[in-house]
Amino acid sequence: MILFYVFGAIAVLASLLVIVQHNPIYSVLLLIASFGALSGLYVLLDAPFVAVIQIIVYAGAIMVLFLFVVMLLNAPREDAEELRLREIVAPRLRTIGGLLALALVVELLWALTKRGGESGRFPGGSVTSVAAIGRLLFRDYAFAFEVTSILILVAMVGAVVLARREAK
Amino acid sequence: MPTLTDYLVLSAILFAIGTAGVFVRRNLITILLSIEIMLNAVNLTFIAFGRALGSADGQVIVFFVMTVAAAEAAVGLAIVIGLFRHRESLNPDSFTSLKW
Repeated sequence: MILFYVFGAIAVLASLLVIVQHNPIYSVLLLIASFGALSGLYVLLDAPFVAVIQIIVYAGAIMVLFLFVVMLLNAPREDAEELRLREIVAPRLRTIGGLLALALVVELLWALTKRGGESGRFPGGSVTSVAAIGRLLFRDYAFAFEVTSILILVAMVGAVVLARREAK
Repeated sequence: MPTLTDYLVLSAILFAIGTAGVFVRRNLITILLSIEIMLNAVNLTFIAFGRALGSADGQVIVFFVMTVAAAEAAVGLAIVIGLFRHRESLNPDSFTSLKW
């Protein structure tokens, strides 16, 4: 319906602005807007649990981490250098990259719409309850869940070690 | 009603935007943000297919993808901070010591 196009347009526009924006802080804030629109799409797809997780974990935690790093590194000053380098080194690289992305879009659209026909409508039944997802997560995917916790631990230790100042 | 194909097309557009960001931008933080865009496009595909097949598996996979994205962001940003301390730059073209 109309909501799909509204959320989809917001997501695409915000993502486009993310990659043309010169100030990384604006990029991060626009990406949060894009994630909000995606969360609306998840609600439309009968997945309220993922929609909430998207807001809390992605927009709330991961993007704030990005924002911290952008502010910590004082990045806008760095972007001036990037602009200068771009003008000197590769003025044509950007058009080539854009053309390649356009080619990717055309190929994907062709592959997705070529089939057509019965691939359309969603069926009536859908799993929306958090209890069902939890049962699946802790029964069928229990091993993957445990491995994920080890991955988080490794990432935590790795981040602390990498970002530490070497003591002399 | 939007169909499965509509969601897949939207996801493809978002993925292409993320890919373009990785190739076009020369700023490590923006490149990491573009990778996040690509991960989210894939998440949308998982949810749409899960809805089309009437199972909750897609949502569980998205849960795992988000966990991996969080770990990737933490380690990636730590590396960015370390690189910035060494070279005072965020441009990937200035880190070419390993280039032959």
